[in-house]
Amino acid sequence: MAKPDSGGYRGAGLQLLSRQGVSVGDSVRVATEDGEMFGVLMPRYELASDDYIVIKLKSGYNTGIQVGRIKSITKLQKNEAAATKAPEIIEDDRLPKIALISTGGTIASKIDYRTGGVRAALSASELYASVPELASHASIDPEVLLSEYSENLKPEHWTMIAEKVVEKIRTGKYRGIVVSHGTDTMHYTAAALSFALQNLPVPVVLVGAQRSSDRPSSDAALNLLGATIFAIKSEYAGVFVAMHAGTSDDAVACHIGTRVRKNHTSRRDAFESIDVTPVALVRNGAVEMQEKSMIELAKRSDDKIDAKTKFDDRVALLKYHPGFDPKLIEHIAAAGYKAIILEGTGLGHVSKECFLALQKAVDVGVIVCMTSQCIWGRVRMTVYDTGRDLLGIGVIPLSDMISETATVKAMWALANTKNVKKTMQESIANEISSSIPIEKA
Amino acid sequence: MTLDPASLDLKVGFEIHQQLATKSKLFCNCGCKEADSYDYTFMRRLRPTQSELGAFDPAAMFEASKMRTVEYMSATGSSCLVEADEEPPHDVSREALETALIFSLALNSKVMDEIHVMRKIVIDGSNTTGFQRTMLVASGGHLDVASKRVGVQSICLEEDAAKLIEDDKQVRKYDLDRLGVPLVEIALDPVTGKPDEIMQVALTLGRLLRASRRVARGLGSIRQDVNISVQNGAVVEVKGVQQLDQLIKVIEHEMQRQHGLIVIAEKLKERKVDAGKVGDRIEDVTDILGKAQSKIVRQIVDAPDSTFRAIRVPGFAGMIGLEPYKDIRLGKELGKLVGFYDLKGVFHSDELPNYGITENEVAAVREKLEMAADDAFVIVGGPKDRVEFASAAIISRLKAAIAGVPAETRSATPDGKTVFLRPRPGAARMYPETDIPPIPVTESTLASLTDSVPRSWDEVIKSLMKKYGLNEKLAKEIFDSDYLDVFEEIAGKTKTPPTFIASKLTEDVTSLQRQGMNASALTYDMIKEAFAKLDNSAIAKESIILIFEKLMKKQAQTVEEAIKAAGITSISDEELSAMIDKVINDNMAAVKEKGANSLGMLMGRVMAVARGKADGQKINAMLKEKMQKLVNQ
Ligand SMILES: [Zn+2]
Repeated sequence: MAKPDSGGYRGAGLQLLSRQGVSVGDSVRVATEDGEMFGVLMPRYELASDDYIVIKLKSGYNTGIQVGRIKSITKLQKNEAAATKAPEIIEDDRLPKIALISTGGTIASKIDYRTGGVRAALSASELYASVPELASHASIDPEVLLSEYSENLKPEHWTMIAEKVVEKIRTGKYRGIVVSHGTDTMHYTAAALSFALQNLPVPVVLVGAQRSSDRPSSDAALNLLGATIFAIKSEYAGVFVAMHAGTSDDAVACHIGTRVRKNHTSRRDAFESIDVTPVALVRNGAVEMQEKSMIELAKRSDDKIDAKTKFDDRVALLKYHPGFDPKLIEHIAAAGYKAIILEGTGLGHVSKECFLALQKAVDVGVIVCMTSQCIWGRVRMTVYDTGRDLLGIGVIPLSDMISETATVKAMWALANTKNVKKTMQESIANEISSSIPIEKA
Repeated sequence: MTLDPASLDLKVGFEIHQQLATKSKLFCNCGCKEADSYDYTFMRRLRPTQSELGAFDPAAMFEASKMRTVEYMSATGSSCLVEADEEPPHDVSREALETALIFSLALNSKVMDEIHVMRKIVIDGSNTTGFQRTMLVASGGHLDVASKRVGVQSICLEEDAAKLIEDDKQVRKYDLDRLGVPLVEIALDPVTGKPDEIMQVALTLGRLLRASRRVARGLGSIRQDVNISVQNGAVVEVKGVQQLDQLIKVIEHEMQRQHGLIVIAEKLKERKVDAGKVGDRIEDVTDILGKAQSKIVRQIVDAPDSTFRAIRVPGFAGMIGLEPYKDIRLGKELGKLVGFYDLKGVFHSDELPNYGITENEVAAVREKLEMAADDAFVIVGGPKDRVEFASAAIISRLKAAIAGVPAETRSATPDGKTVFLRPRPGAARMYPETDIPPIPVTESTLASLTDSVPRSWDEVIKSLMKKYGLNEKLAKEIFDSDYLDVFEEIAGKTKTPPTFIASKLTEDVTSLQRQGMNASALTYDMIKEAFAKLDNSAIAKESIILIFEKLMKKQAQTVEEAIKAAGITSISDEELSAMIDKVINDNMAAVKEKGANSLGMLMGRVMAVARGKADGQKINAMLKEKMQKLVNQ
């Protein structure tokens, strides 16, 4: 691991630089057999080869120079990085107040030379400064809670986020809460908050970006704006996810926290509601409720929030596939897991070769639930023999609950309820819908 | 008046942007082709960004002030999620990178040890990402032009931008076909000389690239930016020079414009004008101009949220309207400058009273600004926010007038003039494309490409002459034309003599162009179809140019239509025989008088009616035979 001030350089490159007393940001002259080059020493992607140093030429281009070809490198001027000052935020007390809790991800990001990728780095206040339109809608109260890629978040982070939301809501100051989040696991966090925070008096809206905010084409600004407007104007409370409705920069879709899924690796409209239409579209600064939604939402209220923020992570999500080894189930049960969420085929099936292992798991008290890898639609285990047999073994069908939501719910139920089996089959936060509309969302 | 390039120390640097003829685009697998129709349209808005070095880039802010809605039109096959900025870029096209390396070798340029893809901020909407991906491939090297050696500054590989289809000030529409097509950008050291000598440099470089057979041809496949400077001036970049004859005019115009600005600057210096005082007093004069009868003023005043602002410019009296050369004056530069902010209303004290603005109003403005006799003023009017930007731009432009020529980017007009486009961007507009890791270039990679380095133009011309039996002039012409590839394809497939094909594609097409017809309406497929018809005797040789003419005049959309429109019908030998008999009979008096000597005249008359309907040689033979019989009688 490179030292923090090495700018990602290692090996030969780092040796050369430390010998010459040159550090990242310095203006340098590099002499090679082909002549001299002038530029500013740039950081090195840590995962790239150590045989090169990178300078930014006056033309603005970066170029790598092979260390072995360098005759000398001379510091001409020390790094004089101009401190960037975020504009001061002028509070307008007449506007509704929104708490913006930042947890990391691409909605708030900067270039990272450690991996050569994009990293969560901008503070929530910088983000606020870069979306000036926010100022005409809300008075934003930003707080950085976490700076993590969402793939690094764990159930304990859900607890942290949930408790922070509770803390903000209990001040009674806020019209709504916006949580900025990396997109990869945003739907898991949305489900977690949906179970942990019941009787919410105000909306809690998660928001992310599929194009990092360092790019002119970033979706971060529109998404954040959409989330904020929904948090202010929605007459409904609950947990929602607000992301681009399509590829165009015209509308943001708001999804129910337990019914949303990231369905694309890279598109702006990767997040889709499953088996329901999105609750609302935010377009041109207005919230358009989607009438077709068959789900009943809770209105804003003065109720006391019912917070149960603990999670038990002894839950496994298992995707069945042809060639699936039943021993996996045995290992999981033996490893002390309390619940298994199966992602079965079709209406909720796994091969009969798994029956014995499942029976053993159920017998030792593991809660086994069934969801479908079809993503859309409901499991129905009375239609075929296999389903009926699985029911006989004690596998619990989870209706049209999304498998990821089911996993989070099991973690929550294990930590907060006595009758987990019963809880899994009840709809607590709209995770099960009574009927699915004919028209595809 | 003509200026002497040498005494002005005229320097011209070229930046050539050449599209490559690769199978796929630079960062995805889409083909480099134009779609016939669009199947998906979407809308975006771009925002300025914080650059790598932390500071907000002023030029980006400048563009951002014009931010508007952008609509993209796309077609399957020529664009995918990558062009839509909905998927990260794939690895750099190997074929495109190799081509850039081959050009680097051909120009003796030093290839970078490790190539880094950068993001160059472009927020006019021509890139869905808001930046252009570009990489420095090589630097240094040289190009030999006649007896001169011209230095190479840099060779870059980059993605082409989307094509602007429409801009109605509210919405800009772009076609995504061209976005991502690989471009090689070659920047040459500035050269001195007469404009036509300088043009030779561009010509030679273009020929070298074409000799590689790896570049796209046709309209828009090569674009050149020209950096022009004169002594005591700054470098002015001119974009959008498409043709070489336009280039000469652009150089001549810039030489005059820049020298004119220097003449004005010298006068300002003589007066000891203080740049710090330009715009030392700015007043809202909406109330004064609000009463004016001027049509332009009324239009602005009647629009909502509009304002007029007067800027005091101490010491500039007589200098804003001064015209060292025809149409070269600061006032005109200001007009184009505010045009950038979509404003039309800019007036200065040297041209007033005029445009319906009266003596009284001018006096009132002077009074409000508390002007001295040798002060000037500039008034700018329009919507408040834009006037704000434009005022700042006017002040900085007039400050620059004291120094002489401002460094800026201008665009070439079709008639060879230049107009202000935007200030020159600085280095802060680039930051690394972190989605693509750096690309090391090894010695062995370069060694493997040395065989692909294009032969010299002379050698290529010689081989064309030998292979197709062309004379030198025709070989050069077909090489320089847009039709080399299609020529070789037709010559390889048909039994038509290559010399005939080449002359149709060069001399005939050029002569039709001189008559004002548009060669871009004549596609390669149309050309191939016409020659295929000739090959199976469906048409006569003489019909080719008639077909080209109808197509280039856009009187026909297809070769079939052109044949109909030109009245080309292949006639039978009997019909031809009857046609010739009629011409002989109609001219019997002359035939009797001149005998065999009337052959030339008769041939002309027959051709007038039979052109394109039958082969000329056949007509000639038949006519001779008939005349022979007649004379023998
Ligand atoms: Zn593509």
